[in-house]
Amino acid sequence: MAQTAAIGDRDAYFLERLDRGDRIEAEDWMPEDYRQQLVRLIAMHAVSEIMGALPEKEWVPRAPTLYRKLAITAKVQDEVGHGQLLIRVAEDLMRPWGKGREDIMADLFSGRLKYHNVFHMATPTWADAGIIGWLVDGAAVITQGMSLSCSYAPYARALGRIVEEEGFHIQHGESICMALAEGTPTQRTMLQDALTRWWPALLMFFGPPEKSQLSTHQLRNMRYRIRSKTNEELRQRFFTKYVRRIWSLGLTIPDATLAQDGVTKVWTYQQPDWDEFRQIVMNHGPRSRARLDLRATTYQEGTWVRRMIAHHSPA
Amino acid sequence: MARTERRSIQEIKDVPDLRVATQAVLFQLADDDMVIGFRDQEWLGLAPHIEEDVAFGSIAQEEIGHAAHYYELLSQLDLGSRDDLASLRPAEERRNSVLLERPNGLGTYLESPHFDWAFTIMRHYFHDVWEMRCLGALTQSAAIELGLAADKILAEKRYHRAHQELWIKTMLDRGDEQSQERVKKALADTNEWAADLPDFGGQECLFEETRIVPGASTLSTSFWQEIDAFTGALGLPRPSGTVTRLNGRRGQHTPALQEALEVWSEVYRLEPGAQW
Ligand SMILES: [Fe+2]
Ligand SMILES: [Fe+2]
Repeated sequence: MAQTAAIGDRDAYFLERLDRGDRIEAEDWMPEDYRQQLVRLIAMHAVSEIMGALPEKEWVPRAPTLYRKLAITAKVQDEVGHGQLLIRVAEDLMRPWGKGREDIMADLFSGRLKYHNVFHMATPTWADAGIIGWLVDGAAVITQGMSLSCSYAPYARALGRIVEEEGFHIQHGESICMALAEGTPTQRTMLQDALTRWWPALLMFFGPPEKSQLSTHQLRNMRYRIRSKTNEELRQRFFTKYVRRIWSLGLTIPDATLAQDGVTKVWTYQQPDWDEFRQIVMNHGPRSRARLDLRATTYQEGTWVRRMIAHHSPA
Repeated sequence: MARTERRSIQEIKDVPDLRVATQAVLFQLADDDMVIGFRDQEWLGLAPHIEEDVAFGSIAQEEIGHAAHYYELLSQLDLGSRDDLASLRPAEERRNSVLLERPNGLGTYLESPHFDWAFTIMRHYFHDVWEMRCLGALTQSAAIELGLAADKILAEKRYHRAHQELWIKTMLDRGDEQSQERVKKALADTNEWAADLPDFGGQECLFEETRIVPGASTLSTSFWQEIDAFTGALGLPRPSGTVTRLNGRRGQHTPALQEALEVWSEVYRLEPGAQW
């Protein structure tokens, strides 16, 4: 039995379970390294959902019509809901360390825990809210779709629900973009400007392309069946899924070199500035500090509220 | 048995008294929900607890959803499209209570928000109680569509009121001395601005005679009774008397409404008449 076996055997047995396609549950034994990789991934995903609510939130009270006001409120609420769902998954994994939600938030505010590059960017117009809903969520679904087969069952289950909702978000964003694309010259310009602004960030979303070898994190996560595709494979999927659709709206993608090879189906494209990417995720993006301050201030001012519930939760 | 004749909006359109009364009560309800829904939206992503972000997201949607429904009925009275009614009417034409336009606190949702959770909950509780009083009366309205709307919306309002009541109790029972002080201050602040909330801007008689809002003149009293019974049971006495200031039901407002209006209509006003 695994319990009585030596540590080395326990690890080997664990990997064998993964190879058989077994899913791991929160209460199952797992190597510390696996737990760390999961926490790193899931906590980052959780805070990205929480911080990800803020760029669009800037447009929630300003959404143009009653219909759009309702739709974008629901959309942003879903994102916070995703954060809530994921933070619970991460909390369960952190429990053996005596850590929880407050630690995740503290790490976010101190800069120790990073959030996705896209949510550091400015959203100066209503069209930015449309582009986020359509293409950022579109990119997210491609990444998260891969993780549906993640070996850690609670994360896979949470993602099942999240990906389903993201489908509605993409429709919501696409609908905003279509209205603008078919609208007045001002509306079309607004949309084109937003796409031009967001394009490099969208490419960056998937992370730098792998050179000849994968990073240690990636290799481990693949071995642990936490992820199954490379950054570049995911980015290529994004191109295949969205580039023609973007063109069909009469929009120009700010990359004249973007093209798909007729035979290999591989897209060539101009690389975004990966140094800039590293700066952005280190919280040196255009809106990194402002959004962190916004969230940190209100979170800190709400401490007295959380304290009342924490001390008396039925658990 | 004599029963009030009930009429549809289409019929009401051509009966001056009924039309005036229906319009007036709808503008109050719609404008109240629009502005409180906006205040709720401002909290989204900034609530003290992630669970409350989700809860406020729902409440905001429902408030704006109700406003949309009321504006839709107004548009059936040929007063313009529901979006024009929601976003293009100037502040002095709006009939929301001044209490509901009060900011959530200092700063804005975009910059340095120092929002007041206790005030947000208390103010919302007052709004929920008042709207439920109105809707309760409207279930018997001579206007068919108002009765139908009231039945449907009351169900959601019950949940809102329960949410605020639970928070008020939580802050009192589970909070320390400081949170109890916050609740007391929230009640005082809310009360100070609440004079025009349970008010129909002098149209009670018309509302009753037309039976558009049966029992309109009794609603203010029953509103205060409910508030006092709830706060009294919690040992939270309401400061005596409200300070009569502006009356939103007569189109008098603070600059906060104008500021909010500029935000929520900013995009819509960019291209009037465009599809969004
Ligand atoms: Fe999400
Ligand atoms: Fe989403």
